[in-house]
Amino acid sequence: MQFLSQLAAVLGLTLRTLPQRAGSSFIAVVGVAGVVIVFVAVLSIAEGFRAAMTGAGSPDTAIVMRGGSDSELNSTLELETTRIVKDAPGVRRSGGGAVASAELFVVVDVPKRSTGTAANVPLRGVEPEAFGVREDVRVVEGRPFEFGTSEIVVGRAAAGQFAGIGLGDAPRWGDSAWTVVGIFETDGTAAESEVWADARVVQSAYRRGSTFQSVYAKLETPGAFGAFRDALGDDPRLNVMVERESDYYLAQSQALHAIITTIGSGIAALMAIGAVFGAINTMYAAVANRTREIATLRALGFGNVPVVLSIVAESVLLCAVGGVLGGLAAYAGFNGYQTATLNWQTFSQVAFAFLVTPALLAQGIAWAVVMGVIGGLLPALRAARLPVATALRES
Amino acid sequence: MKFLPLIWKNLLRRKVRTLFTMLSIVVAFVLFCVLAAIRVAFGGGIEVAGADRLLVIHKISLVQFLPESYRADIEAIDGVVDISHQTWFGGIYQQPSNFFPQFAVDPESYLRLYPEIVLSAEEREGWLRNRAGAIVGRSTADRFGWEVGDRIPLQGALWRNEGALGWEFVIEGVYEAGAEGFDTSTFYLHHDYLTEGSPIVRGAVGLYVLRIADPAQAADVAAAIDLRFANSPAETRTSSEQAFLQGLTNQVGNVGAVVTAVLSAVFFTIVIIAANTMVQAVRERTGELAVLKTLGFTDGGVLALVMAESLILVGAAGGLGLWLGHALVGLGDPTGGFMPTFLMPRRDIAVGVLLVIGLGLAAGAVPAWAATRLRIVDALRRV
Repeated sequence: MQFLSQLAAVLGLTLRTLPQRAGSSFIAVVGVAGVVIVFVAVLSIAEGFRAAMTGAGSPDTAIVMRGGSDSELNSTLELETTRIVKDAPGVRRSGGGAVASAELFVVVDVPKRSTGTAANVPLRGVEPEAFGVREDVRVVEGRPFEFGTSEIVVGRAAAGQFAGIGLGDAPRWGDSAWTVVGIFETDGTAAESEVWADARVVQSAYRRGSTFQSVYAKLETPGAFGAFRDALGDDPRLNVMVERESDYYLAQSQALHAIITTIGSGIAALMAIGAVFGAINTMYAAVANRTREIATLRALGFGNVPVVLSIVAESVLLCAVGGVLGGLAAYAGFNGYQTATLNWQTFSQVAFAFLVTPALLAQGIAWAVVMGVIGGLLPALRAARLPVATALRES
Repeated sequence: MKFLPLIWKNLLRRKVRTLFTMLSIVVAFVLFCVLAAIRVAFGGGIEVAGADRLLVIHKISLVQFLPESYRADIEAIDGVVDISHQTWFGGIYQQPSNFFPQFAVDPESYLRLYPEIVLSAEEREGWLRNRAGAIVGRSTADRFGWEVGDRIPLQGALWRNEGALGWEFVIEGVYEAGAEGFDTSTFYLHHDYLTEGSPIVRGAVGLYVLRIADPAQAADVAAAIDLRFANSPAETRTSSEQAFLQGLTNQVGNVGAVVTAVLSAVFFTIVIIAANTMVQAVRERTGELAVLKTLGFTDGGVLALVMAESLILVGAAGGLGLWLGHALVGLGDPTGGFMPTFLMPRRDIAVGVLLVIGLGLAAGAVPAWAATRLRIVDALRRV
């Protein structure tokens, strides 16, 4: 009990005298805020990319590609194969037909707005059922394209990141001219980075004959996936790979997510070391300023532990304030920031927004608190160890 | 010079504070080195691209193929000295995460185009002779423990080997980088061997690489090539190797800008920490500085003393940081294959040295200015 009241008294004194040390305390706060900003901002890139990719996949949609392909870009499917796939058990049916779309995935060069240099934008050739398979796709400006014409619709994110594919534009890719008649949205997922056209028109423009690259099939239920996969696997006419759409996109996001997380944490760790030294300096200065005050407390009978704890608490408080400020700054500055990068698996662009999640903010503030504990400990021990008589005499 | 002992004593007055300030500066410059290397790595070898090499790709996109017949046509264009081609192979070694780039090439002309690929005479001969042979760079060979003579199975994600279960290659050579920063992660195989196993590729190549007589004429030659194939089924886009790699880097995103932003945050933080230390150090000595001035030190003299102290502190720590960081980067790619050109260019070392000096001046500026403004009477009166 006495210990607690001592602690409360010392802590109160510490906090009340904090304004006197505003200058050097401010330095510690800024240092920690800098670390947290960098940490949260860099990791929000990884989170945003992952959110765009995982949001793109639904567990009750299956994607079928040629056996051995690791992405749609590498795959080829004959027309006959796509028909067999659509007739397989487990595929949802409506109005007599399967809710499944045989698709083509090609890459076209479109200049990136930010750099002006060419970027690989995915052009997806789809069948009418594609809009039934992907229920979240909705045309928000203009109108859907007419099948059988060279009209295209462009994802909202693609239209924002790349030049010359806005509503009404007429881009030329290869020897065919296209017309943008609509803009579609999918809640910011990877599909919004794509350009959609009629699969038959893409086949002829890219001399693909009657071949496709993938089939997207809506399943009756997510649980029907096993039966669907087994049926296709057992069919001797086929050599295909079947994946849940959600797993396919999750796998594509993993490599980049891991790399950014590694690099981001590494940079933040190095910065944190630098900032901890700054915090230690600040706390040493604080302790040095208060040498006589602390010695007086100890002469009055206050124990070492409350003194040490109060100094560590001051340090933690300063660093936590820095952490919160840094987190807020990162949120204000980076959350929702639109950008696009190259997805190496499909060799095409994925547009996404930086995403500052609550978990990231919590992690950033946790880092700040750890830095505060480390930064306060050494100076606190020094304050507690200084002989009272010497300390009182110090000027 | 004679004031050095005085500066030294001042630095050692608060040993712990000096030490921690120096450590935070050391960390800042280690970070500077690592970030510089990351920037270069994401640039994917732009720094070492040959100025006299042009790349010809399909106008629609890099992933479209060009006819093999273009080779003779391009060679006939004025200013083109030599030509070769490469085609993305995209094989998987055991599992997708073991990624490394693989290209099918025409070995003889390719080695002429890229003298940076250094092979011994025997290795070169062995590779040219063996159609199923391949060469691989030092970093990938070390990563998987491959040696000359090993048989390497690759799963063809892009090209299936018709009539066989998969692809198998014999390592005929392990090449070294002939220029600092040249990527040694790539695996090269015979284009003939690819078309033999996968006839669908026959008559097509991914892109052409060519050498021109005069780099100054690059734009003219490129225009001539693109004009030659205008309105054909496969139109081309020709650019310098450097511009091509820059374009690819731009696709990944502006890594340079991210790195610059992070470094600005780091240096802003460190400048504040170091400057704060110097301000504290000078404030504690107000009385002493007044005494110095009384003894006849000019304002300039006091300014020089404080600035010298700051420069020595930052210079020693920054130099140590640069040296440590450079050594750390020298250990190589920390991600195991993702960043094959992980190195620190000389230019960035020079930038680092300039930053050290700039940081030293910035940290000393405020307290030095305060010291010159000091009025002796006021300062001596202060306790």
